[in-house]
Amino acid sequence: MWHLITAPILLPMFTALLIMLPPIHYSPNRRRWVSMVSSAIQLVLVVLLLLQVQQQGQLHYAIGNWQAPFGIILVADTLSVVLVCLTSFLALGAICYGSAGEDEKGSFFHPLFQFQVMGINGAFLTGDLFNLFVFFEVLLIASYALLIHAGGKNKTKAAVHYVVLNLTGSAIFLIALAVLYGTTGTLNIADMAQKVAQLPASDLMLVKSGALMLMIVFALKAAVLPLQFWLPATYASASAPVAALFAVMTKIGVYALLRVYTTIFGSEAGALSGIAADWLLPAGLATIALGAIGVMASQDFRKLVANLVLLSVGTLVSLVALQTQQAAAAALYYTVHSTLVTAALFLIADLIANQRGKAADRLVSGRKVVQPVLLGMMFMVGALSVAGLPPLSGFVGKVMLLQSVTDPDNRLWLWSLVLLSSLVVIVGLSRAGSTLFWRISGSDTVAETAKPLQVFAVCWLLLASPLLVIFAGPLTELSLQAAAQLYDTNTAVQLILGQEVTP
Amino acid sequence: METLFACCVGFLSACGIFLMLRGRTFPVVLGLTMLSYAVNLFIFASGRLTLRGAAVLGTSEQYADPLPQALVLTAIVIGFAMTAFLVILAIRARADLGNDHVDGKLPEADAVKKESR
Repeated sequence: MWHLITAPILLPMFTALLIMLPPIHYSPNRRRWVSMVSSAIQLVLVVLLLLQVQQQGQLHYAIGNWQAPFGIILVADTLSVVLVCLTSFLALGAICYGSAGEDEKGSFFHPLFQFQVMGINGAFLTGDLFNLFVFFEVLLIASYALLIHAGGKNKTKAAVHYVVLNLTGSAIFLIALAVLYGTTGTLNIADMAQKVAQLPASDLMLVKSGALMLMIVFALKAAVLPLQFWLPATYASASAPVAALFAVMTKIGVYALLRVYTTIFGSEAGALSGIAADWLLPAGLATIALGAIGVMASQDFRKLVANLVLLSVGTLVSLVALQTQQAAAAALYYTVHSTLVTAALFLIADLIANQRGKAADRLVSGRKVVQPVLLGMMFMVGALSVAGLPPLSGFVGKVMLLQSVTDPDNRLWLWSLVLLSSLVVIVGLSRAGSTLFWRISGSDTVAETAKPLQVFAVCWLLLASPLLVIFAGPLTELSLQAAAQLYDTNTAVQLILGQEVTP
Repeated sequence: METLFACCVGFLSACGIFLMLRGRTFPVVLGLTMLSYAVNLFIFASGRLTLRGAAVLGTSEQYADPLPQALVLTAIVIGFAMTAFLVILAIRARADLGNDHVDGKLPEADAVKKESR
């Protein structure tokens, strides 16, 4: 059980390699089954890991038994394991959807998908900044290839922008890491947290510039204003299962912001504590506003969902910038909710687009969808949930996040922006829904109906929304616990470095 | 030595950023390559610049920090793979979109269209 923490990284890696080998590679069905079964096993394993973390507190694993701070370590605390669970849950849904036929439109869908899951899980679990960079690159190179899966002009155009931007981001990431290593002499997150607190005054400005450069990189991954321009085009042009998995990618940026600016540059960091908050709060609030405007302005449904992703990122980054335990707990619950629901909406958008003939998912009058009741129900559940209306998970998430804001100034801005953006989302989604389902022109379509596997995948992701409400008690408890563990930086750092724990 | 090194890194990044802001994919690829060279040199310098410093204990009076060397190696490999991918993507974009502009359409094309109206 000690090695369980490596499973979310090793399992997708070996699955990807296995899928590329004969005899599995030669048969589409075998590729699909191996990929799906492996994702299901992964989900079971990460739930086991979560139970283990619940029982024993934070776990860490020294790769090759090279102890921190010299070797690379993996750290599993409640926050990171919950996010790994989220990724596995989402990946299973997306792979099932992809297995219904989307995967055969290009080559190597399943291996790339597994590699991307490996990168995402690794980024959540690592306790070393350079290793974080490496896992970022693993997930990025897989995402580059997945983005152009199935081909097409739009995808190539979006991919060029996406790749160039992310390569620039990687360069800045490396510069920031070199600055931090040059001044603190370590790349281990826990060790750096201790070193930053004892910095000589002459190094403060250097470390500060390194830390702010890291913020730029994470803000680029998370798509925070003014670094968000790549997101709508990229997400709207990716094929449906890929876009669904991409829904969790922005959350890695948010997670990295939360981790780095709480553990390293948090309350213990002396002169450098809270350096990111001044920048992140206005940027997050502006992203909410921009996302809301984008929802209203979108000409097609997938762009609209991409703007919903932007909106959720803005909300999360504002919560991270508040730097309180309650805000971190609310951010965790909201991350789980928003990721699953926006991913489901990407899949629904694809189902609708497939059945509307030439109009596809553009918000113009078109042919009638073949299964209006099924798709309409799915759309309604997803829309209610993402807009934050009771009785679904968006409502609980929004209540939690509104309650977590205690400072009157922040309350004024965050409450008004979040509530106004919810109103805009309701208006935008009702407009989109009524256009897609009710404004009918032309003859009936002869498009094929949604395949059972596709329906299962969408229901799997949508089901999370009522489940998040039914089990809201234990889940808020869990996120509060994760936030408490995150903010108890001293204990975490001392545990990792093998020092005696002082309260 | 430090001044020369710093000038080198600065010049490479300046050239890289200038090229990255160009409109066609080939200069952008070159710019990214130059930027990644600058970054690699910069990581190398984070272990301090020493002459005749071995990275193995007990072989010289001054030691070089081996970690940045390992980091540079990783960064070079990753950067190389990414550049290779970007080159292929740029060629594909040239084939799919019919031109090598990063936005997929030439700014002049719009102007010509407007004039013809």
